[in-house]
Amino acid sequence: MHRTGELFGQYKTMEQQRETASLGMWVFLSTEVLFFGGMFMTYTLNRSTYPDIFSEASKTITLWLGAVNTVVLIGSSFTMAMAVWSSQVGKKKLLTIFLIATLVLGCVFLGIKGVEYHEKYVEHHIPGWNYQFGEHPDTAIDAHTQLFFSLYFAMTGMHALHMIIGAGLLLWLIKESMRGRFTPEYNTPVENIGLYWHFVDIVWIFLFPLLYLIDRH
Amino acid sequence: MSEDHSEHHIVSPKIYFTIFAVLMICTILTVMAAEIDLNQYFHGLNIIVALTIAVLKASLVVLFFMHGKYSPKRTQMVIIASIFWLAVMLLMTMSDYVTRLWS
Repeated sequence: MHRTGELFGQYKTMEQQRETASLGMWVFLSTEVLFFGGMFMTYTLNRSTYPDIFSEASKTITLWLGAVNTVVLIGSSFTMAMAVWSSQVGKKKLLTIFLIATLVLGCVFLGIKGVEYHEKYVEHHIPGWNYQFGEHPDTAIDAHTQLFFSLYFAMTGMHALHMIIGAGLLLWLIKESMRGRFTPEYNTPVENIGLYWHFVDIVWIFLFPLLYLIDRH
Repeated sequence: MSEDHSEHHIVSPKIYFTIFAVLMICTILTVMAAEIDLNQYFHGLNIIVALTIAVLKASLVVLFFMHGKYSPKRTQMVIIASIFWLAVMLLMTMSDYVTRLWS
């Protein structure tokens, strides 16, 4: 049984039903804010304790790859917003095109992220037994730069996991939109997955300056 | 509850594109600002500029891409509450942490 936009008994109007679904999505996103918030808290604490070490470690990640990824991800948010608009005005073909564009940009982001992770792997900057920062091993510097890279991988990794889940949701949206299921009367999945996608974009908007742009001058 | 009967607001592609363009300009600005040593004028100015631009970008995404500006008040309350609790966590923890220097 597929929902196609019928009014459920507990609602008075379609608009009320739509707003309730949106409210529920926002409540979920506020739990996501606190989930990522814990990592931002840990980051803030450690950066304020080891500002110089964080700046040294941050300089070893490739700025232009992060900057390109920021452009790609904001671009994907734009195509997602356009997908929501297409579904609202009933342009079914355009909806599928914008959803595919969003998925492609999301995959480009993940690909570039993979290139960056590979760079860190080659440089022995992945925290663990093979870790080395700089020419000569130094216990204190190695320990504290590992703190930065642990946070770097935890935060970008959790962000990437959200992107992968988002890509899965987009695949489903594309499948359903090709069937012509979304109409101006019923497009709640497009709107709510859109909210999720924009949220993941916002997390990156903060990750980019905090991880890539420490002391670049 | 009269607001439940309000027309569903559709944001035009023109607004989406304008926001996208502003977000692109902000991204270029934040990279350029990071490459200038602003800390020589005021200690910590680089991070203040970087985070101000990030907050501006995030606000534009919430207000326009996520329709926060056009949402009913109870949805806006959830948005503000999540920012508030995040601020409580960051500010209260840090205010404790930075005032422990005597130990």
